[in-house]
Amino acid sequence: MSAIWIAVIGASITAFLNKYIGHSVPERWLNKPRVIKINALVPIVLLSALVAVQTFATEKELVIDQRAAGVAVALIALKFKASFPVVVLSAALTSAAVYNWF
Amino acid sequence: MSINPKTNPIDRTALSVAFTVGLYGAAFGAAGVTAGFSILQTCLLSLLLFSGASQFAVVGIMGAGGAAISAIATATLLGFRNALYGLQMAPILKVSGIKRVLAAQITIDESTAVATLQENDADRRRGFYITGVGVYIFWNLFTFLGALGASAIGDPSVWGLDAAVPAAFCGLIWPRLKNKTHFIVSAVAIAWALALTPISPAGIPIITTVILAVIFGLKR
Repeated sequence: MSAIWIAVIGASITAFLNKYIGHSVPERWLNKPRVIKINALVPIVLLSALVAVQTFATEKELVIDQRAAGVAVALIALKFKASFPVVVLSAALTSAAVYNWF
Repeated sequence: MSINPKTNPIDRTALSVAFTVGLYGAAFGAAGVTAGFSILQTCLLSLLLFSGASQFAVVGIMGAGGAAISAIATATLLGFRNALYGLQMAPILKVSGIKRVLAAQITIDESTAVATLQENDADRRRGFYITGVGVYIFWNLFTFLGALGASAIGDPSVWGLDAAVPAAFCGLIWPRLKNKTHFIVSAVAIAWALALTPISPAGIPIITTVILAVIFGLKR
């Protein structure tokens, strides 16, 4: 089985376990202030790291290319409270323009 | 249960959330194919895993050449919040057996958010189920369309898909940055990931940022 299949099936199983456990365990097991606080930060660190890697990494090298331009425009769009499709499309258009014309 | 968005405000909220979020599915479908997943593998993630941030993480890490175990671990940590949502919803839904399995599968950000906006348990249940099932249907439909569209495109850079994926992530993080600490934590995570990229296997720079969440979470 390829690594992608392992990731698809493995992550699907653990995702369901996460959801099902919440419905099944006594509340006091998970409802602790520290758990809640760390959990609020987990998506922030993981997703920020993913953005950084997807924007600046090519294999193991760090580069500044059309992706950085696209993401910069996305951040500006978010700052101006643009909707999700506008954010994604403006990033894509910027990146495509830089890639194709420069 | 009959659904009437014209007269029932809960149905209206639920369906508009479901449709809007469902559109994100197209971005995910495109991201999956761009990362080298087949259309089938991309669609299975939406059908089985069904949690946006975790799905984007799986294709992002595998696309960058990460190991399956880092993709699974990152997705699992991102999905832990769904366990906390389950805790909130269980006493309201009061379901067991196969119904609990189905309710668990649609326990996500949106269904829980719409449910918690309601005033009584009957309305919370209605909001939860209509939003959950609605997002499930639209998310999967648009995943398929996005994957199909992206596979018709050759080089993802030509169409800007290489920037669309991190931009989609920015859209997911932005609403979570509610105070100065959150921005600082985000910046430190970015610096950490970039510093580790040249010197560690793909996937490690991302999953290890959980250490930062623990450090900042335990502080004070």
